[in-house]
Amino acid sequence: MSQNNNNTQKEALFSPKNQKLLSNPLGKDNPISVQVLGICSVLAITVQLQTSLVMAISVVAVMGFANVIISLLRKTIPPRIRIIVQLTVIASLVILVDQVLKAYVYDVSRQLSVFVGLIITNCIIMGRLEAFALNNKPWPSFLDGIGNAAGYGWVLLTVGFFRELFGSGTLMGYQVIPNAVYEMGYENNGFMILPPMALITVGVIIWVQRHKDRSLVDVS
Amino acid sequence: MKALHNLVEKKVKPHFEKGGRLEKFYRSFEAFETFLFVSGNVTKRGSHIRDAIDMKRTMFHVIIALIPVLLFGMWNVGSQHYQAIGLEVDFFDKFVFGLIKVVPLIIVSYASGLAVEFIFASIRDHEVNEGFLVTGMLIPLIIPVTTPLWMVAVATVFAVIIGKEVFGGTGMNILNPALLARAFLFFAYPAHLSGDDVWIYTNLQEGQQLIDGFSGATPLAVLATGNMQSLPSAMEMFIGTIPGSVGETSTVAILLGALILVATGVGSLRIMLSVLAGGVFMGLLFNLFAVNEFMTIPPYHHLIMGGFAFGAVYMATDPVSASQTGTGKYIYGFLIGVITLLIRVVNPAYPEGMMLAILFMNVFAPLIDHYVVGANIKRRLGRLKNLQVKMDSE
Repeated sequence: MSQNNNNTQKEALFSPKNQKLLSNPLGKDNPISVQVLGICSVLAITVQLQTSLVMAISVVAVMGFANVIISLLRKTIPPRIRIIVQLTVIASLVILVDQVLKAYVYDVSRQLSVFVGLIITNCIIMGRLEAFALNNKPWPSFLDGIGNAAGYGWVLLTVGFFRELFGSGTLMGYQVIPNAVYEMGYENNGFMILPPMALITVGVIIWVQRHKDRSLVDVS
Repeated sequence: MKALHNLVEKKVKPHFEKGGRLEKFYRSFEAFETFLFVSGNVTKRGSHIRDAIDMKRTMFHVIIALIPVLLFGMWNVGSQHYQAIGLEVDFFDKFVFGLIKVVPLIIVSYASGLAVEFIFASIRDHEVNEGFLVTGMLIPLIIPVTTPLWMVAVATVFAVIIGKEVFGGTGMNILNPALLARAFLFFAYPAHLSGDDVWIYTNLQEGQQLIDGFSGATPLAVLATGNMQSLPSAMEMFIGTIPGSVGETSTVAILLGALILVATGVGSLRIMLSVLAGGVFMGLLFNLFAVNEFMTIPPYHHLIMGGFAFGAVYMATDPVSASQTGTGKYIYGFLIGVITLLIRVVNPAYPEGMMLAILFMNVFAPLIDHYVVGANIKRRLGRLKNLQVKMDSE
C-alpha cells in the first residue's frame, strides 16, 4: 500500500483507493481465508450464529476505533514502545465492548465468556495496526479497520451459520429444521459442534474462494 | 467377448469421445470400459516393467481378501440377533437375516461414494479412481449393523470429499478414508456408534422379546466396566461369535484374509506383524503394572477383541496412508499396537482404540518416513566418507 503522508492534495472520501481498502479484505485479501489469521476465535465461538454475530460486531467496533486512535497518535508514539501502546488502546476498547455486551446482551456475553477478552490477542487487529494504521491517516485507517473486521466477520458468520444449522438444527436460537424431519430419523450432527469441524468449514470456504479466484492459488 | 468388444468400440465409445453427445461422461465410461477390457493405453516412452496388475486388479485382491470377513459378518449378524431373542434357527436363516441387514449398508456406501468419485472425475478430468472399491467395502464392515443408512451415506461422502478429493484423489490422502468415515460417524452420531445397544440388531417384531439378561455389550465394553465374569471365552472371541461391528469380530476370518493379502503381496506383512508386536508388548507391560482388572488380562486377549485384528490386517496396511519405508513400517505398526492398547485400557472415554490409533499414526507416517530416509542418507554418506578416507590413505 502506497503511503500518502506528504500528499497535500485533498482526496475524496470514497476515492477508488479508499474503496479498495474496504473491499479488498472482504475478498482476495481476507484476513481469515487468505492470510489465515485469527483462526483460534473462529474455532471457539462459531458454534452458534448469535455468538458469531456478536463477536463479529465487537471486532468491527474494536478494530475501527483502534485503527483511528493509533492513526491519530502515529506521530507521537515512540517506535520502541509502539506494541505496548497498541495493546493498551486495544485493551481499553475491548473492555468498553465487554461492558456494553454485559449491559445489553448479558446471555451472549456469558456464552462468549473469555473470548471477548481474547479479542485483545486477535492477531488481525495487531496486524492491521502495525501494517496500516501506523503509517496512514485516520480516515483510510478507519476504512481499513472496518474492511478487515468485516472480512473476518463474514467468514465467522458463514461458519457459524453452518455449524449451528447442522450441529443444533437452529439459527439464532430458533429451530429451523422442522420436527417432521427429526421424526423421519434425522439427527443433529454432533461433530459440527466440535472445533475440528470449524476448521474444516473454514477449509471449505478457502477451497470455494480459491476455486473462484485462481489468482489466490499460490502453488501451480 | 469379441462381439461385445466390437459393440463397445463401435456403438458406444464414439458417443463419449471428444465431440460426442456424452463427452462429459467420458470418465465414467472409461471406468466401466476398463472393468470389461484391459486398458488400451500404452506406455509411450522409456522402459517399463510389463505387468498385468494395475490399481483395479490390486484393489480386487483386497476385495477378495475381505470376502471371508464379510460372509462371517453376515452370519454373525443373524446369529447374534436370534441369540438375543432366544430363537433357535438353522445356519441358513441366520445368514439370510444378516445378508438382508448388511447388503443395504454396502449398497449405500458404494452408491454415495462412487457418485462423488464420478462427479469429481468428470469435473477434474481424471480417471475414476479404483481406490474407492475397497473403501466402499470397508465402511460397512467397520460400523455396527444398526447404523441408519443415511448416516452411512453422509459419512461416506464426507470421507471421500474431505479425506481424499481435497488432497487430490486416490493416492494423495493423508488419512485412511474408510476410517475417516467411521471417525466422522463416531463423533457426529455417538449414540449410534457406541454403547451397548447398537451392535446387535434388536428391532423386534410382534411376539418377540429379548431374552433375560441380554446385554449386547462388546467384550471391550464388558472389560471397561470391570465385569470379568460375563466376558466371552477366548475361543468365542477368536472365532468371532461376539457382538461388534459387522466385519471385526472373527479373528479366524481375518487371518484368512491376511493370508490372501500376504500371499498376493498386496498387504504388508511387516505392518501386520509389528502391530501385533506393539499390542503384545503393551499388553505385557500392563500385566507388569496390573493396577486394575483390565490390565491383568493376557495380552493375546487384546488381539482377538474388538477391531484390533481387523485394523491390523486391513486398515493399518493401507498402502497410501501407511509408512512407505521398510523401517518406517515397523515403527508405524508397532506404535499403532501400543497406542491402541493405551486408549483401550487407560482412557475410559473410548472403549476401543484401533480407529484413533491408526488415524493418529496415519498423520505421523510421513514424518516417520522423513526421518527414516534422512537416517539412511546419513548412514550412506558416512560410508562414503570412510571409503574416501581409506582411498586417500592407500
